Amino acid sequence: MDTAANATSRETAAPDAVDLAALARETGVPDVLDELERDLVGLAPVKARIRDIAALLLVDRGRRLVGLPAEPPSLHMCFTGNPGTGKTTVAMRMAEILHRLGYVRKGHLVAVTRDDLVGQYIGHTAPKTREVLKRAMGGVLFIDEAYYLYRPENERDYGQEAIEILLQVMENHRDDLVVILAGYKDRMDTFFQSNPGMASRIAHHIDFPDYSVDELYSISGLMLAKMGYRLAPDAETALREYIARRIALPHFANARSVRNALDRARLRQASRLVAATGRAVSRDDLATITAADLRASRVFNA
Amino acid sequence: MRITQGTFSYLPDLTDAEIAAQIDYALGKGWSVSVEHTDDPHPRNVYWEMWGMPMFDLKDAAGAMMEIKACRRTFPSHYVKVNAFEATQGWESTRLSFIVQRPAAEPGFRVVRQEVAGRAVRYTVESYAVDRPEGSRY
Repeated sequence: MDTAANATSRETAAPDAVDLAALARETGVPDVLDELERDLVGLAPVKARIRDIAALLLVDRGRRLVGLPAEPPSLHMCFTGNPGTGKTTVAMRMAEILHRLGYVRKGHLVAVTRDDLVGQYIGHTAPKTREVLKRAMGGVLFIDEAYYLYRPENERDYGQEAIEILLQVMENHRDDLVVILAGYKDRMDTFFQSNPGMASRIAHHIDFPDYSVDELYSISGLMLAKMGYRLAPDAETALREYIARRIALPHFANARSVRNALDRARLRQASRLVAATGRAVSRDDLATITAADLRASRVFNA
Repeated sequence: MRITQGTFSYLPDLTDAEIAAQIDYALGKGWSVSVEHTDDPHPRNVYWEMWGMPMFDLKDAAGAMMEIKACRRTFPSHYVKVNAFEATQGWESTRLSFIVQRPAAEPGFRVVRQEVAGRAVRYTVESYAVDRPEGSRY
């Protein structure tokens, strides 16, 4: 009786128009998107897709406000790309965006790999996987290097069991959690070929492109600013040159390689400062990385 | 006979949405939630069977609700309760405990009178639920 009265009053109260821009401001999503634009260099296709998803969720909110049906979309995702292209970073942002848009209730990120899901003996996998899924509910479950879950060379591998439980929860608890799989492109493709159920339940396949030299240089600028360092004028060209050379070498891991290079430059700067006795070290000295610190890298000898 | 044990036991049975809201409250306080079940709700039966491990690091009630539903499916005629445990030093005990399922027909208890020396009588209560022979209880 009471609920019926409520329902009718809500229907009559439903507005005919809704201001999406105001709705967006209210959720604070533009701030997150701007922050994404500012903090993440490059990644144009990724940002475009995140904007699309944010727009869809916003429109769904608007639809609900005017009384149109708004079935929550399936937002399970797959991030493919080479190492260091920002998959984990974007997943973290994604959790926050989905939380602000009211798609996930808590907005935390649970990052796991095969070891956290697959058990070591019979009957160990199911509780382990469910434990992780329960922890991730209300947020985002990020499975890094997801293709390791499926090991075709061992038919008794427990990974298959984890995949089945995962699929079941992805289907039945769609409004409780979002699953993001991540891994290298070619290996994820084989993974999906052998697990068609998984492929069909993932609506968004987002490919993370490799960074260009310019993008990596901007990324290194952001990293240095965060660590409180700056480059001496001649070190800027040295860093650009370093990045250009490093890309050509094997085991290049995009932003991660740049961060490692900067960490090693910091080591050399520290030894240089400690070795240079006889005068006080100024604030400037402590914050500056010189060309020599960078050029001592083995990349320049190759 | 309707068992009144734990929090909310004098209220009508909580709906699933209300249970989820209570669990969210407990998780918000940093307590860990666990699910337990029994067929013998004797007041002195403090150790109910555990339904899986207590759920640590939970952020949202959905995970606990999943376990509650699984427990109800497996034991449709048992009592099921949710405990919320606070691990903070000084507390280290259950902060909230409430029943989330009871059997359709609750058998209740009987009084047992035992005559002892000097015609004195000792009283105790016994669950009707434990009358059934071994093997048909569970």
